Amino acid sequence: MDLEVLVALPIIIPLLLGALSLTVLSNHSAQRWLGAIGTALLLLCSVWLLLHTREVGIQVLEVGSWPAPFGIVLVSDMLGAIMVVLASITGFATALYSLKTVRKRFERFGYYPLLHLLLAGVNGAFLTGDIFNLYVWFEVLLVASFALLILGGERAQMEGAIKYVTLNLLSSALFLTAIGLTYGLVGTLNMADIAVKMASLEDQKMVTVIASLFLIAFAIKAAAFPLFFWLPASYHTPQVAVSAIFAGLLTKVGVYALYRVFTLIFTADTGFTHEILLWIAIFTMLTGVLGAAAQFEVRRILSFHIISQIGYMILGLALFTPLALIGGVFYIMHHIIVKANLFLVAGLMYRLGGSFELKKLGGLYRNHPGLAVLFLIPALSLAGVPPLSGFFAKFILIKAGVEASAWWAVGVALLVGLLTLFSMIKIWNEAFWKASPEPNPAVPAPTRNALLYWTIGLLAAMTVCIGLFAQPIYQMAEMAAAQLLNPAGYIEAVLGGTTP
Amino acid sequence: MKPRRFNMRSLILNTGSSLLLPLLVLFSLFLLLRGHDEPGGGFIGGLVAAAAVALKLFAEDYKAARDMLRVHPLQLVGIGLVLAAVASLPPLFVGESFFTAQWWSLDLPIFGELKLSTPLLFDIGVFLGVIGTVLTVVFTLAEAEHS
Amino acid sequence: MTTLMAILIGTFYAAAIYMMLRRSVVKLVIGLILLSNAANLLIFTVAGMDRGIPPLIPKGELLIEGPAADPLAQAVILTSIVIGFGVLAFAVVLIHRACEVVQTDDMNEMKGTD
Repeated sequence: MDLEVLVALPIIIPLLLGALSLTVLSNHSAQRWLGAIGTALLLLCSVWLLLHTREVGIQVLEVGSWPAPFGIVLVSDMLGAIMVVLASITGFATALYSLKTVRKRFERFGYYPLLHLLLAGVNGAFLTGDIFNLYVWFEVLLVASFALLILGGERAQMEGAIKYVTLNLLSSALFLTAIGLTYGLVGTLNMADIAVKMASLEDQKMVTVIASLFLIAFAIKAAAFPLFFWLPASYHTPQVAVSAIFAGLLTKVGVYALYRVFTLIFTADTGFTHEILLWIAIFTMLTGVLGAAAQFEVRRILSFHIISQIGYMILGLALFTPLALIGGVFYIMHHIIVKANLFLVAGLMYRLGGSFELKKLGGLYRNHPGLAVLFLIPALSLAGVPPLSGFFAKFILIKAGVEASAWWAVGVALLVGLLTLFSMIKIWNEAFWKASPEPNPAVPAPTRNALLYWTIGLLAAMTVCIGLFAQPIYQMAEMAAAQLLNPAGYIEAVLGGTTP
Repeated sequence: MKPRRFNMRSLILNTGSSLLLPLLVLFSLFLLLRGHDEPGGGFIGGLVAAAAVALKLFAEDYKAARDMLRVHPLQLVGIGLVLAAVASLPPLFVGESFFTAQWWSLDLPIFGELKLSTPLLFDIGVFLGVIGTVLTVVFTLAEAEHS
Repeated sequence: MTTLMAILIGTFYAAAIYMMLRRSVVKLVIGLILLSNAANLLIFTVAGMDRGIPPLIPKGELLIEGPAADPLAQAVILTSIVIGFGVLAFAVVLIHRACEVVQTDDMNEMKGTD
């Protein structure tokens, strides 16, 4: 019983940390300590939660002792726990990276409290078992992300932020509409209870309408085709550390929400909903990678690749076979780490090479071979080169596609993998391999960047480890997929008398 | 776009506000405590308190309102959030689920029974958080107008 | 009554979308306000438009007598109004700053990052 509180810790820790660092807003060193040590603590707790969930099964916490369909529950199943660990890893890496890169002006503006608030929102979204509570956590992380996005106040940031804010608010309004209709239809907000009551309805037409609304709302958040335009317009504008945590986490919250509702609640009419998801996945993969091919700014290339990678994750959900879901979960695990890392590498490239534009960069391999290696690991993993993490993720998904005879999806997935490799080689050739366009680029003293190297190296090591020790990771993904495919277990855990 | 300076000193508003201010603050505290078992609560109380400071802003100026508050509004948000988060923890020590309401009853000699509880602590947190949030927005806009 | 509300809500959604498609950023914000209000009204309506007493249990009793209003829908609306208020306040400040920095309120001029 006592370990129940573990489920709440990933939310309560960043919330408390954020509040504490708000009270010491003008004390810079206190803020940094709270940021680094606090996120480390968060990481420890979330790993503990994951291990506990793997050991014991789905964990349910009834907030305030209100029994399940009436009160809000926090649920930690394998998918939720895995996502929380990934969020904490990204948060920890970002906090470390921020120590050296975030200016004092931004710290006074509230950078660290916002970072904690963002993590609280993301973890809350991953752990809640209540659909309206999910909306609230979405808004919490959105408000934090709005403020982080415009930190610095440059023109590009403002223009990007207006699009980001508008599209995300539109998505929130649709989400709220869908919640309203759900409540009108079944009279409950608990996701497990909704699943039970929706399945017992005679008229499934309204259910499909609501499913479509949820699909659009979450697809905007996940930046899926055709509603992805806000992402490449905004993600390259903020501070690099902010870009990294956005790239790693925010769209994945949308993907997580899709995984949650389309495995738990809307499984009656998979011929309709999951067929749409399949085509969304195919077009998302394609448009993302083609968009990236046209770009020559490192962060914009990476932004477009987020979109194409989202396509793979949705593909896993759309195929809806055990293997495909395993692949999808594995892909999310691999992608969050790799993507956050690539943005951090881009930040270091800017510090060392003085630009994000490929035309102005060059000679980085010669001057900083260490960075070149650290770029290659996540870049090749993103493209799916064995034995790195991305290879296994793509391999499982494509195998699932072949088994389900989704030939279009398989073909596009393979092609997009190839084009991703092309994109990464483009960055490699331009930024690292070719001679520097300026004869003597200003090179800052290397010691100042040691912490940044360590952060990037840590994430790169994780990428390698996921590739080399794929078996235990695969097993966790397998457990998560098994729980997703058998929602009865989730429903049983939430509604079936777990009260102490 | 040229920022316009707004200046609306008015003797009536100025005099009236100095009378109204204490009343508003008291009323906000009344709402906060009444919220215990009747309509009211931290949110609405916080809004009234924030309105009091905003009144000061309109009646006098930006600086007077900032001085009245003494602390940065974001710090108020921080303290409020800490209180609200701390209010979720006591049940853990008596072996109940996270966020379960805890009540303590005290008997005071003159006033009679005083009921303290974690929801009250949470509500005070909300109260401070709302004041802080609203005033952060108001001050940000006033500052933009000011400079 | 419900039919009337349905028409009203539909009008809200339509007006919101129309405003959001205009070029001015200010109208965009108005559109967003309308949109969130439309969603709130929708929840209000689907929860049942019956006339009921406030869902407060009188002192010393365990149940409410007679039909009471649905408190959950009201809690949901209140929460989303508060969230909408916060987000909107942010959006207004953002647009104020954006207009200062970009020197225009025309969405068509704001395509530097596309």
